[in-house]
Formats: sequence, structure tokens, C-alpha cells
Amino acid sequence: MAIDEVVSILLLLAGAVFFFAGTLGLLRFPDIYTRLHALTKADNVGLGLMVAGLALQAESAAAVGKLMVIWLLVLLAGGSVAHLVAAAARRRGIVPWKR
Amino acid sequence: MTLLPLIFDGVLGFTLLWLAWQLLGSPDLFRAIVLFIAFGLLMALIWVRLDAPDVALAEAAIGAGLTGALLLAALARLGPPSETASLDNQGDRASVAEGGGLPFRRWLVALHLVLACGLGYAVMSLPSAAPGLSDAVANSLALSGVSNPVTAVLLNFRAYDTLLEMGVLLLALLAVWSLGSTPDAPPDDQPVGGVLALLARLLTPLLLLVAGYLLWVGGRAPGGAFQAGSVLGAAGVLLVLAGWRLGRRFAQLPLRIMLVAGLVLFMAVGLFVMLVGGDFLTYPHASAGGLILLIEAAATLSIGMILAALFLGIRPDSRADQ
Repeated sequence: MAIDEVVSILLLLAGAVFFFAGTLGLLRFPDIYTRLHALTKADNVGLGLMVAGLALQAESAAAVGKLMVIWLLVLLAGGSVAHLVAAAARRRGIVPWKR
Repeated sequence: MTLLPLIFDGVLGFTLLWLAWQLLGSPDLFRAIVLFIAFGLLMALIWVRLDAPDVALAEAAIGAGLTGALLLAALARLGPPSETASLDNQGDRASVAEGGGLPFRRWLVALHLVLACGLGYAVMSLPSAAPGLSDAVANSLALSGVSNPVTAVLLNFRAYDTLLEMGVLLLALLAVWSLGSTPDAPPDDQPVGGVLALLARLLTPLLLLVAGYLLWVGGRAPGGAFQAGSVLGAAGVLLVLAGWRLGRRFAQLPLRIMLVAGLVLFMAVGLFVMLVGGDFLTYPHASAGGLILLIEAAATLSIGMILAALFLGIRPDSRADQ
């Protein structure tokens, strides 16, 4: 197995770990703000690792470019939507969770 | 290794059914809409697995995206759920508890069983290798002016259907506008956030580019007027959400011309080829590609505008009336 395949698999696995942790956080965290935090971590970092792993297996530079564009768009949309959801929750008077 | 795709497809299929069940059974409308959007995205994935990327694109953009946005907008206008929805539910429960709904439900179950048996019989008695029309399409693809069989069917062989679909879309908008004075979504006191405005400013040019690309590539690869139009519509929805409105100068006649342009041009081309000596919507082979692109360009604009206008819900010039 070539070295880039090994690196690719490791990156994909790391991405999967982030998505798993994000899902776990979404299900188990106490309030909307902490859940958003977990979710955006999974989306941003997990997808970034996945894209990096897939880019190593891509057939052409164009495919790598498309993967990068997907990641950037999800970064932009995910970050903005998380902000909007949190802002809407705050407007409705949902108080952040305290221990 | 052939087992893995099978497991994946099985999980997809069962999750889709489970989602459908959950969304139909959910008493909370907001939850049901969110489940509906998830259902649409999963459905798009399944179309991809079935090698139907054209349908997948349309399902993701229209089925999940724009329909979801429309449903959410409708929910926002229904007002607080505590007054309408929960009362209705209590009424339902009460009548069920009295036994009023029970015989009805039994009849319903029986009817559904009959229907399921009939459908099952029909599917089982199908010939195992149905020939379909794909051979006929493949044989006359060269005459259609495009090389993507889906576009060839939609805009050439069965252009009549697509023409009527455009008409239905326009009629839907007319119906929404005729309902008239539904108030704009409950006004947010807060000014539209800087983040949303920034997002709209960043994404709108990109969405325009993608719509143009989908329109152009539709002749050869998955894409076409409906997909491109729904991307345009998404850009419109984003702009509406960010607080942008069509200027009064454009909200009257120019807007209406854009809305009907697709349908009018489609019919004009159809009638024009009759003048040249063919049948309605039977393009001459030499110019078929160009005509299809022309129709699709106008249709994309109209579909995008209609979808955005549906989301807005009221006539953009209604403020001038008041």
C-alpha cells in the first residue's frame, strides 16, 4: 500500500471521529448553544479532514479543486447558519446552560 | 465486496421509510418540516444511487430546498402553534377516545390493505425485463439537438409536458397572488443581521454562476432549466431573507414579463415551427439545439423568478396598492 493511501485512510478515519463526536454532542449536550458548538466542529474540521483524505485519492487537480470548493462553501454556510440559529435562540430569550 | 453497496442501499431505503413514517406521525409541524427536508435530501441520495443524477439534482434543489423553505415560510405565517395545531389535535384525540374515529380507521386500514395487495400484484406481474422507451430515445437522440437523453425527452420528445409544467407553475403563483392580502411574515423587530446580509452577498454571484453553468451543461450532462431555475430561485429566497426587495420600478411590468417569459417563448417557438411547416413543438433538426437552449434560458429565468415570488408570497408591488 502506497504511503499516500495510508495517509488518506488515516485522514478519513480522523474525519469520521470528528463526525462521530459531533453527533454524540448533538444528542447529549444540554442546550442549543453547546449542541451548535458540537455540530459546527464536526462540520468544519471533520469535513476538512474528509476532503483532505479524498483529495489524496483524487484523479485530477480539477477534482481536488471541486472538493476544496465544497469544503469552503460548507464552512461559509455552516458558520453563518450556526450564528443565525444562536442569534435567533438568544432573541427568544433562551438562556445559555450553566452547570 | 458486492455486499457493501447492498447494505448501504438497504440502510438508505429503510431510513427513508422510517423518516416518512416519523414525519407523517409528527404532531409538531416544525419537526415535520425538518423531517421533510431530511427526507428530500435522502431521496436525492437514493436517486444518485439509482443512476439518475438529473432527478437527484431536481429533488435536492426543489424537493428538499425550496419546498422546505416554502413550508417554513407558511409555518411562520400560521402564527403561534399553541392556538391552532394543538387544539385540532386535542379535538382529534377526543373524537377518537369517544370511538367516533375508530370504525373509520378500520375501514381505512382495510382499504389500504386492498390497495397494497393490488399494487403488489401489479408489480409482481410486470414482465421482468420491461423494454421501456430508453431504446427509442437512444435511437433518435441524434435528431434531438442535444446529447443528454433527459434533456432530449424533456425539451424535445415530450416538450408538451414541460410546457404544461411551466403553465402549472405560473398558475400556482397566480393563485398565491390572488389570495392577496396575507400579511408579510411577522416582522422581526431586529434589523437583518450582518451575517445573513454578508452570506447573501457572497453566495448570490456564486449561485448565478452555478445556475448559468447548469443551464449551459444541460444539453450534454445532468442539468437543465428546472435545476438552474431552482438555483436562481434559491438565490432569490436568500435575498428575500436578507431583507432585499425588488425596487418599485421593476416590481410591476418588468417582473411580470420575466415571470411569463419562459411560457410565452416556449409557446412562441412551438407555434413558429408550425409556420415553418412542422407540427406544434416539432423543431427542425438543424436548429433544435439552439432552440432548446433558447427555451431553457427563458424558462430558467421564469422558474427562478416564480419560485422566489412564491416564497415571498405576496405581490411585490402590493405595498404600492395600499
